[in-house]
Amino acid sequence: MTPSNGPVGAGRAVPRTPAERRPTAPAGEGVATRRRATVHPGAWWLWAISLGTAATRTTNPLLLALLVAVSAYVVATHRSAAPWARSYSAFARLALAVLLIRLVFAVALGSPIPGTHVLLTLPEIPLPHWAQGIRLGGEVTAEALVFAAYDGLKLATLLICVGAANALASPSRLLKSLPGALYETGVAVVVALTFAPHLIADVQRLRAARRLRGRPDRGIRGLLQVGLPVLEGALERSVALAAAMEARGYGRGADVPATVRRTTAALTLGGLLGVCAGTYGLLTAEGGGYGAPLLLAGVLAALAGLRLGGRRSLRTRYRPDPWGLRAWLVTGSGAAVAGLLTLASARAPEALHPGVVPLTAPALPLWPAASVLLALLPAFVVPREHP
Amino acid sequence: MIRFEKVSVTYDGAPEPTVRDVDFEVPEGELVLLVGPSGVGKSTVLGAVSGLVPHFTGGTLGGRVTVAGRDTRVHKPRELADVVGTVGQDPLAHFVTDTVEDELAYGMESLGLAPEVMRRRVEETLDLLGLAGLRDRPIATLSGGQRQRVAIGSVLTPHPRVLVLDEPTSALDPAAAEEVLAVLQRLVHDLGTTVLMAEHRLERVVHYADRVVLLPSPGAPPVTGTPSDVMSVSPVHPPVVALGRLAGWNPLPLTVRDARRRAGDLRERLAPAAGGRAAGARGVPPLVGRSREQGRTGAAAPGERLRATPLPATGGTGRLFKRRAKSAPEPRPAHIAGAHDLTVRRAHVTALHHITLTVSPGETIALMGRNGAGKSTLLNTFVGLLEPTTGTVTVGGRTPHRTRPRDLIRHVGLVPQEPRDLLYADTVATECAAADQDAGAPPGTCRTLLDRLLAGIADGTHPRDLSEGQCLALALAVVLTARPPLLLLDEPTRGLDYAAKARLVTALRELAADGHAIVLATHDVELAAEIAHRVVLLAEGEVIADGPTAEIVVSSPSFAPQVTKILAPQQWLTVSQVQEALG
Repeated sequence: MTPSNGPVGAGRAVPRTPAERRPTAPAGEGVATRRRATVHPGAWWLWAISLGTAATRTTNPLLLALLVAVSAYVVATHRSAAPWARSYSAFARLALAVLLIRLVFAVALGSPIPGTHVLLTLPEIPLPHWAQGIRLGGEVTAEALVFAAYDGLKLATLLICVGAANALASPSRLLKSLPGALYETGVAVVVALTFAPHLIADVQRLRAARRLRGRPDRGIRGLLQVGLPVLEGALERSVALAAAMEARGYGRGADVPATVRRTTAALTLGGLLGVCAGTYGLLTAEGGGYGAPLLLAGVLAALAGLRLGGRRSLRTRYRPDPWGLRAWLVTGSGAAVAGLLTLASARAPEALHPGVVPLTAPALPLWPAASVLLALLPAFVVPREHP
Repeated sequence: MIRFEKVSVTYDGAPEPTVRDVDFEVPEGELVLLVGPSGVGKSTVLGAVSGLVPHFTGGTLGGRVTVAGRDTRVHKPRELADVVGTVGQDPLAHFVTDTVEDELAYGMESLGLAPEVMRRRVEETLDLLGLAGLRDRPIATLSGGQRQRVAIGSVLTPHPRVLVLDEPTSALDPAAAEEVLAVLQRLVHDLGTTVLMAEHRLERVVHYADRVVLLPSPGAPPVTGTPSDVMSVSPVHPPVVALGRLAGWNPLPLTVRDARRRAGDLRERLAPAAGGRAAGARGVPPLVGRSREQGRTGAAAPGERLRATPLPATGGTGRLFKRRAKSAPEPRPAHIAGAHDLTVRRAHVTALHHITLTVSPGETIALMGRNGAGKSTLLNTFVGLLEPTTGTVTVGGRTPHRTRPRDLIRHVGLVPQEPRDLLYADTVATECAAADQDAGAPPGTCRTLLDRLLAGIADGTHPRDLSEGQCLALALAVVLTARPPLLLLDEPTRGLDYAAKARLVTALRELAADGHAIVLATHDVELAAEIAHRVVLLAEGEVIADGPTAEIVVSSPSFAPQVTKILAPQQWLTVSQVQEALG
C-alpha cells in the first residue's frame, strides 16, 4: 500500500450502517420482517395436513367453510411477510378454480345423481354408442349442482389447507429438518424448486425483449421463440449455482470405512424393499399375515441405514428449529380436529354428509363444529411473528 | 498465501491457452487487484484459486497453483472451501438458501462447524458487514449492494484465509460500491484476510490495492507491482491516472486526494481556458437545439456553454419555449419524447412518483440514482413495457404501451441491462438479417451499423460467445437498424473495460451528433461526464435534480467524476477536456 492512501483507507475502514441508510428494497422493508420462527415448521405442516384430513371426512358445507375460516384466520395472524407466504392467496384462487371446474363439469356432463328439481335443460349432444355412459348437455338438476358443489368444496378446502402450510412454514425450511444423510438431497430439491419461478421470470423478461425487437410480445409463437434462450439461461444459472455450492463445500464428506458404506447401502436398500413388500402384503387380501411385520422390519432397516449414512456427512445444523411445547400444541390441535371429525363421521354420518336427494338445508352439527374450532388453538398459543 | 507457478489454462476445444505463464504470489494479508482488458482471462485466474478451474469448468491446467500450501490439482473446490471464499460476478447465482441468516450459515454447515461456533460467527459477520437489521429478510427483497454484502458475508463466516471476488462493485451504484469496499478494507485491516479481486471500475478500487497484477493482453504473462508502477504502464486505468499521466506527475497519484495536492500548477495552467471559474461540459459535443440548458441553467455555467455553441437565436427561443413549456406542460413537437406527471406503481410499490421530463432531439441525458431508484422503470415506460398508473408518456407523439411494437421501434429503441436478452439467433449474421427484417430496413443495414460501431465481429460467431463489449455493440446495432430518433440504454457500461467504454462513448457521441436523442441510465459517473448534456437524478422514484451535467455532478460528492473532484473549483469533467484545453 502506498503511504499516501493510508488515511483514505483508514477513514473508510469503518463501514457505515448501510442497512438503515438505503431503504431501497421493495415490499415490507424497514422492519425486520421475520423473527426466528417460534414453532417448528413440521408442526405447521402436520397441523395443516390434519385439517386437510378432517376436510376429507365431511361434505357439510358449513363445516368445510368453518375449516377454511379457521385456517385463514391462523394464516392471517401468523404468516410472515416473506415471498413464499404470499402463496396462500395463490392456493385460494386455485381452490376456487377447482370448485368452479367441478361445477362446470356437473353442468356440462351431467351427473349420476337422480334429481327432480330441473333448473335448466341444455341441448343434449347425441354421442355414438361406444361413448355410452357419457352425456353431453341435458337436464341440469339442483341436486346434481349441490352435490358437485359439496364435492368441489371438499377438494378446495384440502387445497387451502396445503396453502396454509406453505404460508406458515416454507417447504424449504421443512426440508432442513431432514436427517443428515438426506440433507444434501434436500438442498438439491430446494434448489430445483426455485427453478420454476426463475424460469417464469426469464420468460417474462425475454418476451418483453421481443417487444424491443419490434415483434409482438404476446401469442404462442413469441413463447416458442424465447424457449431456447430461456432454457439456455436457466441452464447457465444452474451451472453457476452449482459452482458456487461446490466452492462453498457442498458435498464434503467424511471418510468412512468401506464396511460401513456397504452396510449402509444394504440396510437402506433392504429396508426399502421390505417396505414395498410389506405394503403389498397389507393391501392384498391373502398377505395379511406377513404384511405388518415385514413393513415394520423394512422401516426399521431403512431408518438404521439413514442413521448410519449420516456418519458420512460432516454437516452440522445452524440453529435447528426446536420441537417444543408450542409445536406439540399446534400438532395436537390439528390431530384432535382430524380425530374428532373422523369419529363424528362414524357416529353421525348424516350430519357430516347432508343429503342431496331429497334436497335439505345442511345443519351445523354442534359438537363437530366445536371440535373444528380447536384448530384455532395455534392462533392463541403461538406468538405473532409480526404484530 | 496464493502462489501461481508457470500456470497456463487451456479450455477444451480452444486452440490457444486462455492464460499463459501466470507466475505470481500473493502474500498473506494483502489486497491484490487483478486488472486487464476484457477477455484476458481474469476470471480464469480467479477460478484457478478456488479450484473451480479446472475441476468444475474442465480444461487443462499446466503449472501449479497452491493456496495456503494446498495444491489445487489434488484438492477439489469443496476441499478448499475452508481456506478460499469465492464470490462470482452475479451474487444472485450464489445464494443457496432464502434468508440472510441461513445464507451466512450455509457454508459453515457444509464444513461441519459446531453449532455454538456458527452462531457466534453469524452474529459477528452480521455486525461486521452492517447486516444486523436484515438478518431475517428474504434475499429476494434485498437491494444490489445488500446482496453483494450478503454474498461476501456468506463466504466469510467459515473464516477463509483467502477471499476471491470477481467484479464485486460493477453492478452497484457509487454509494453501494463504497459500502462493499469499506467492508473489504476492514477485512484486510482487521482480520488479515488475503483478498484477490478483479474489477473493471478501477477508479473505485485501485487505491485500496496493495499490489496490482496486470494481464496486458490475452496469453501475455502478467505484470506485477505496486499500483502506481503498474498503472503507469497499464492499458486500463482510471481517470485520475490518465490525468496524472497527462500532467506528467511522478509518482503517479491514485487517489483524488493525492492528485488534488499535486494539481495546483495544473489548475493554474488551466485557469485561462477555464475562464477562471467554470469550464462546463465542453468536452461534450455541442447540442443542436440548446433550449434545455439555457432555459434551465440561467447564470451558472452557460457563459462557457454559449461560447462553445454560439447560437444566440436558438438560445432565445429556447428560453421562451421553456417558459411556455412550464405553463403548458403538454410535450411540444420539438420534444421527441416526454413524460408528464408520470406515476408508476408495481406490486403496491410506487416505482415512479410524479415524474415530468422532456427529451429534445440531439440531447443526451444521463439518468442517475442509486439501485432501485426507478431508472429502469422510467426507461421501460418509454418503450411501453410498463403502463403508467397515472400521468402520460409520449414518444414521437404516440403513447408507447398502446403502439404496436413494429411501429414503436421506429420511434424509440432500448438496449436493456442485459443486452443478450435482445439476441435470439445462432449467429451474428442471422441476427443482423432478422433485425433488418423486423425493422423493414434494406438488407445489410444492421451489419453496416455493427461494423461502424465495432469492426471485426465475424458473421459466424454465436452471440453467446461474444465479449460484453461486442454483445453491446450488436444489440445497439440491432436497435439502431430501425433508426429510432430516441435511443435508451440501461446500464450500458456494466462489464465493459475502458477500451470498450471509450468505443461506446465515441459511438454515442456520433449518434447524438446525427440528431439522435439518447437517454442512459447509469451508475458510471465518468460515462455521464463524458457524454451527457444533462443529468437527471432520481431518488425513490422522484426527480431530485435535473440540469446540465456540469452543474449537477459538480455539486454531488458521490456523482462527481474524479477529474471534477481533482480540479475543483474549476469545473472540468473529463481528461479529454483537460487535454484539449492544454493543447
